[in-house]
Amino acid sequence: MLRVENLVKSFDGERRRRRAAATGATDRVFAVNDVSFTVHEGDMFTLLGPSGCGKTTTLRSIAGLERPDSGIIEVGGQALFRSLEGQRVLSVSANERGLGMVFQSYAIWPHMSVFDNVAFPLQVRKRGQRPGKREIAERVGRVLATMELDALAGRQATKLSGGQQQRLALARALVIEPPLLLLDEPLSNLDAKLRESLRYELKRLQRELGITSVYVTHDQTEALVLSSSVAVMRDGNIIQLGKPREIYQKPNSRFVAEFIGTSNFIPAKVEARDGERYSVATADGSLALNSTADLAVGTDVIVSIRPEAVDVSAVSRTGEIPNEWKGTVVTRAFLGEAVDHVVRVGEFEIRARGNPSVSIRPGTDVFVQLDPDKLSLVPVD
Amino acid sequence: MSTASPAVTANRSAPLNPRRRWWPTPKLIIIIAVAGAIGYLALVPLYYLLWGTFFDAQGFTLGGFATAYGDPRIGSLIGNSLWFAVGSAVLSLVVGTSLAYLNVRTDVPFKALFFAASIIPLIIPGILYTIAWIFLASPDIGLINKVLEPIFGTAAVDIFTIWGMIWVEGLHLSPIVFLLMVAAFRSMDPSLEESALMCGATRMQVFRKITVPLTRPAIVAAVLVMTVRSLESFEVPALLGLQNGIYVFTSRIYFVLRSYPPDLAAAGALALGLLVLAVVGVAISNLVGRAGKSFQTVTGKGFRPRPMELGKWRPVMGAAIVFYFLLTVVAPLVVLLYTSLLKFYQAPSMAALRTMSLDNYAQLLNMSQAATALRNSLFLGIATATLVMAVMAIAAWITVRSRIPGRQLIDQFAFVPLVIPGLVLGLALSFVYLRSPIPIYGTIFILLIAYVTRYMPYGMRYSVTSMQQIATELEESAQVSGASWWQTFRRVLLPLLAPGLLAGWIYILVVSFRELSSSILLYSPGNEVLSILIFEQFENGQFTVLAALGVVMVLTLVVLVTVAYKLGAKVGLREN
Repeated sequence: MLRVENLVKSFDGERRRRRAAATGATDRVFAVNDVSFTVHEGDMFTLLGPSGCGKTTTLRSIAGLERPDSGIIEVGGQALFRSLEGQRVLSVSANERGLGMVFQSYAIWPHMSVFDNVAFPLQVRKRGQRPGKREIAERVGRVLATMELDALAGRQATKLSGGQQQRLALARALVIEPPLLLLDEPLSNLDAKLRESLRYELKRLQRELGITSVYVTHDQTEALVLSSSVAVMRDGNIIQLGKPREIYQKPNSRFVAEFIGTSNFIPAKVEARDGERYSVATADGSLALNSTADLAVGTDVIVSIRPEAVDVSAVSRTGEIPNEWKGTVVTRAFLGEAVDHVVRVGEFEIRARGNPSVSIRPGTDVFVQLDPDKLSLVPVD
Repeated sequence: MSTASPAVTANRSAPLNPRRRWWPTPKLIIIIAVAGAIGYLALVPLYYLLWGTFFDAQGFTLGGFATAYGDPRIGSLIGNSLWFAVGSAVLSLVVGTSLAYLNVRTDVPFKALFFAASIIPLIIPGILYTIAWIFLASPDIGLINKVLEPIFGTAAVDIFTIWGMIWVEGLHLSPIVFLLMVAAFRSMDPSLEESALMCGATRMQVFRKITVPLTRPAIVAAVLVMTVRSLESFEVPALLGLQNGIYVFTSRIYFVLRSYPPDLAAAGALALGLLVLAVVGVAISNLVGRAGKSFQTVTGKGFRPRPMELGKWRPVMGAAIVFYFLLTVVAPLVVLLYTSLLKFYQAPSMAALRTMSLDNYAQLLNMSQAATALRNSLFLGIATATLVMAVMAIAAWITVRSRIPGRQLIDQFAFVPLVIPGLVLGLALSFVYLRSPIPIYGTIFILLIAYVTRYMPYGMRYSVTSMQQIATELEESAQVSGASWWQTFRRVLLPLLAPGLLAGWIYILVVSFRELSSSILLYSPGNEVLSILIFEQFENGQFTVLAALGVVMVLTLVVLVTVAYKLGAKVGLREN
């Protein structure tokens, strides 16, 4: 549906690039550095990353609001942007791409009513393609009804609440029935409660309408809840691309593990390997685990494990399960929905998150159990 | 957002039809037209001014400079100019800053009067203000002298001196300083002063050691701007100085052009001198402004500090405020109104009161010249305001929103006329269109060009400010919705810009309506504007008709300014 290939965008702009190419200078600063991905029909694809990672620039390049230095952007098999060495540059301008976009601030035009805001994309079409007044009213009515805004059609757009404005922005983006919907942090302007309810609302709508979407956010929970696949970005590159569950459970780097949720990191060295089954040595004994990473014996690695995958128990299960360490509870913290224990094992401190009904006094000796399927290996940075 | 390069605007069909001929888009045409117009208006007059000064029929010459600066009176000319400019600036600064401090930081009474006084420069044009002061303080006919006569003898005050000039110019500028300093005092964190008080400083020490140093950048900027404005002032030196042969740059240029044969090159040389002084002043004030920012604790935030209690000084200060208001607002207006009702100018007496009538106003109605002048002024005001705002709205888009290379040049060109004194611009334009084959010299359109050039910077400032307040996303969402550049501009940007553009439109209408210093060199019989007609009538000694015309002019301006205030425009604050 959407194909982005080798997208490059530097901050210096094209003229500097040409000059740099001529003089051989290499001091370019990249906003997006060679990013490629494909989004399938009906997917919700999320670009996730900290600010300045290039996610918004990528989205805006797809929208046509930024002009990449090179790369290919195709929607539904039709090229919107193509700039490769030695070829004529093709760039469809933003207003001719026919995509839908929801902006971070919603960008609701304050001088227009709710109806006018939604009717605008239809009204500005070229003569010939522009639907008649009656058809515009009908289509706007339909999309407003989907968004449950039909009762507010005549209202001044600025008089809407935050959640209503968000739905209005969505209605405006969807009224032309675009092949692709772009969402630039659409929930970041709302308060926490509303954000949570709208998150599910958005997921339901996207499912029901089956519309292919690209979603940009820095909020990991949002990304995990909404997406069918997630691309984690950093410094203009995609670090890991996969289903939300894969990204969360099997981060391929310390960065991804740290950015999405919290993690325990244990330095280790690969001591034996049999296909995907690894044994690694740590300062406190070896650990058995499964990993798809391809690492040779002797490589320094980091073992990453989520706090909720760490079991703390008063009873030893040595022999039943492979990885068990002995330790002492250092501190505990009650979080309401969970209890965190920090357990000292040798020279590490391991954070474990568990059911709030289990609470162990600091100073108690415990057993820490690590499930081999929930451990992942990431390279040393 | 696309740029102006043709490759970007290639549309979907381009790859199928790569040899398709490229046509300029409407966007490109509009942008080039706007940029061209601004460049033309800003640079061509300056070019011709240089050319007209340095070249005559024989080629390069410094003759103009020799005549202008070889004159033995040149020393006193420069001395007078600086003395007058600095004096007026200091007077306006002392008065304006004190008023601003009293208004913002103390519980002084009659605060409403301050803002009534602050719009005076807008509603009483300089020429009427000067003439009103002649009626008040001329040694022969001045009302103040008549009042003081029994105590101090005849001609106790004389307005036709350099002190009189400084007095009138300084008072006329003081409301502008007031508004600048009110803004500065309001944006200063009062806790800076309060902490000094807590350290044991007295009110006076706080003012001297904290308040003044912190507002120093604003004060220095105000002094420089007022100095430049006084240097450029034409009406005060022309009406008050020429009488006793006190020349400054502007009045000398006017005098040189008025004598026969007019020495264009000498006038150009003087104009260049004046231009250099103005540029230096503006440059220093920009430097100071930039340096000031580095240590600024004066933030943009608005503070509402608890006003200082004046205690027993409150009535004294109140009386001072009332006196200032009477002096700067009531006296000039009353004397104009009084004169407009008389048959011939005389001091108030029972006899004078008995002769009062509306005859002068009736005479205005029958005077075709007056109707023409009013029509011309209104036409020029409306046409200038409309043209400037239309062009500047697009120019502001180019500089604020587009990424067109060289867009900063448009911004800089648009601000060039700000440093060109009105009289110099008039001279430069007459150089241009005396030689130009376009037959607009001697028509009203040369005045239109002059006004559009002069007020371009104001239009730019209004448009840029409004443009910056509109989130980029509002525009981008229109683009993504499929709107072309022009559709986006017309349907999203323009409606959102409208309040700001309207405010700018009214402001430019007001200032063009009373323009004098460029017009004086460019008008021709039949194309007089109101201020020119008043100037002519003053030279002819028709004081009473002039006063009636002045009253009509002030009333028109009151209406325009009221409308502007109703529209929420901070007209006073925008005054430069």
